[in-house]
Amino acid sequence: MSKAQFVYVTYIASTVEAVFNALTDPEMTKNYWGRHHNASDWKVGSRWEHRDYVDSSKVDIVGTVVENDPPKRLVVTWVQPSQEGNPAKASRVTYEVDTMGPLVKLTVTHADLEPGSEMEQSVSFGWPIVISSLKTLLETGNPMAGMTKRWGDAA
Amino acid sequence: MDRLDGVFRALADGSRRKLLDRLHQANGQTLSELCAGLDMTRQAVTKHLNVLESATLVVTIWRGREKLHYLNPMPIHEIADRWIGKFERHRVRALSDLKKRLEGDRNE
Repeated sequence: MSKAQFVYVTYIASTVEAVFNALTDPEMTKNYWGRHHNASDWKVGSRWEHRDYVDSSKVDIVGTVVENDPPKRLVVTWVQPSQEGNPAKASRVTYEVDTMGPLVKLTVTHADLEPGSEMEQSVSFGWPIVISSLKTLLETGNPMAGMTKRWGDAA
Repeated sequence: MDRLDGVFRALADGSRRKLLDRLHQANGQTLSELCAGLDMTRQAVTKHLNVLESATLVVTIWRGREKLHYLNPMPIHEIADRWIGKFERHRVRALSDLKKRLEGDRNE
């Protein structure tokens, strides 16, 4: 059993269905996730892509859907497109969505990252921003100010 | 009550900040790993971890029979979001990196 490097827990005033939909609907991800579509049919074994919504040929992360149990749980692999053929480079992201009283508990777990890699560094910087941006979008209907721009443009 | 009250209360204790430092160095530790080399009893560490967990600064995950403790950066991120502008973040980060380098990464 692999050990997770990062675990992020946040509570969102929303419904499990809305949170799960926000994770899998590319029109939603583009509004909180650095202007990127997370696109797939989300069937187990299918490919998913994290791609620029203006230039869809620009794909930054790809992976395979490992588990999909809507609206509770989604597991995907996560790798740079240039390293897609190398299973040793693939990390794994698990999204868990639970009801917690009037709130929804979202847990994002990132495992199997190469220790000390650039990917490990960039995801540890990126996840809190993406997750709190998702929370802001669902709770207010508006994306966070910085997140309507593409990654890098906000610098 | 402001939900962040619990976060600040949990952070207002040197021993608890020490535990967060240790998880920041190595995430996903068991209670025994966390206790090793610390000047605290196992009971005291457990008590502090409970406070951190109820503030969601620490989350636990079972891996087989091991309970692993993780630093959850989301509450601290929310604090930062509240008072740091979205466009200042990269500059603040660059300054904090510079400070760390110059000070030789001392935590205090």
